[in-house]
Amino acid sequence: MSDKPKIGIYWCSSCGGCEEAIVDLNETILDVVAAVDIIFWPVAMDFKYEDVENLEDGELLASFINGAIRLSEQEEIVKLLRRKSQLVFAFGSCAVTGGIPGLANMTNREGVFTRVYKEIESNDNPENTVPQVETLVDGKYNLELPEFFNSVYPLDQIIPVDYYIPGCAPSPDTIKDAFTAILEGKLPEKGSVLSPNKSMCDTCLRKETKPDKVEIEKFIRPHQYDKLDDGRCFLEAGIICMGPATRGGCGERCINANMPCRGCYGPPNNVKDQGLRMLSALASIIKPDKEEEIAEVLATLPDLIGPLYMYGLSSSILFHKRIDTGKEQ
Amino acid sequence: MTETGFEPKIIAFVCNWCSYGGADIAGSMRLNYTPNVKLIRVMCSGRIDPEFIMEAFKGGADGVMVLGCHPGDCHYIEGNYKTLKRYNILKPLLDQFNIEQDRLRLDWVSASEGEKFARVVGEMNDRVTQLGPLNWDKVIETRQGGEV
Repeated sequence: MSDKPKIGIYWCSSCGGCEEAIVDLNETILDVVAAVDIIFWPVAMDFKYEDVENLEDGELLASFINGAIRLSEQEEIVKLLRRKSQLVFAFGSCAVTGGIPGLANMTNREGVFTRVYKEIESNDNPENTVPQVETLVDGKYNLELPEFFNSVYPLDQIIPVDYYIPGCAPSPDTIKDAFTAILEGKLPEKGSVLSPNKSMCDTCLRKETKPDKVEIEKFIRPHQYDKLDDGRCFLEAGIICMGPATRGGCGERCINANMPCRGCYGPPNNVKDQGLRMLSALASIIKPDKEEEIAEVLATLPDLIGPLYMYGLSSSILFHKRIDTGKEQ
Repeated sequence: MTETGFEPKIIAFVCNWCSYGGADIAGSMRLNYTPNVKLIRVMCSGRIDPEFIMEAFKGGADGVMVLGCHPGDCHYIEGNYKTLKRYNILKPLLDQFNIEQDRLRLDWVSASEGEKFARVVGEMNDRVTQLGPLNWDKVIETRQGGEV
């Protein structure tokens, strides 16, 4: 075994897009492999959990973990990787803020199981079987499955995280900068997010067209707007664009494709709750001052959790929808 | 004290220029009002970030009040209009988190309205008592792990 630094890459509740993003580094990945040994990367190569268990504590220079935590298996493996790694990187929106899987915090395990295993129209499950942690087969074989949690957690609610690489998926530049910083020993203070601490609007190509005071009288969705490509600020048109409450550094990929920002880079440092910050920004651009007229504007915005918490529900202040109602009067 | 013994915890954010004065007058007038309400003075109701309100709910508040100057009376000209818009957009969000909208109340109390201050605080106390405890820490706790 060479004496190159060793790294591990693991996925939890995620779509695989973060692994794609690493492969999308193209030839840069050759420089990475030349500099480090990849010891553990279940998606791309054949490794077993024992390979990690057999390492000394702290033997891995770094682990890159993508995906949110939803299963007991994921919790177990990230705790193992934490022990074996000097540095842990939360890689991608799901690990950083819970990401799209975090939206499942609008329901719980029972809600997910009911929908997925019982209600979905294409299901054929007459016995209403749902996953069990333990199942006795033929009275003698005890089969085990990982436990499915009631909530979805971002990585840093399960283990301490040293650095955050945001994005859905992180842009090639963000990843390259992170790898360069590691290899050259130029990492910033622990706990940092490896992307600029400025809002996306700051580098947005459309900011020139943003008027000094944005005032809107109704909210619309992108498909209701036929001038998406005219280069004007989306908020001015009444389309929710998460730019004001989102960290920059993504390369404005969505804006360049004439779509509003959805907030995947998470909030800047001083913001605790991305959705609430955006809520506040939206409130301040509503034009009318009278309560009835404000209500008319808000009637055009039927859902708030979707647009405001697409990536941040499980790192929001409230974290989870209340499922058991209290005493209702 | 109610029959169940439940005394709600209510946080009231009051603006320095009107509502805090109103609370002060209520005291000078020796009006009785519930000790369940805890006042937090801010310079302007427009300073109240939705994060403060959600932190209050998460931290154990059963109800949150936002009290500011009457529209047109804001010391900073338009701070309370921003509050009004924020409050109105926050309510449907509370709904989506399944928090009863009545747990958040916005009202205008001027520096001379000691009686109104005591009245709205009393009404809020009654309503939240009726709704019962919110216990947000338990909402989060019961979502973790556990048997299938």
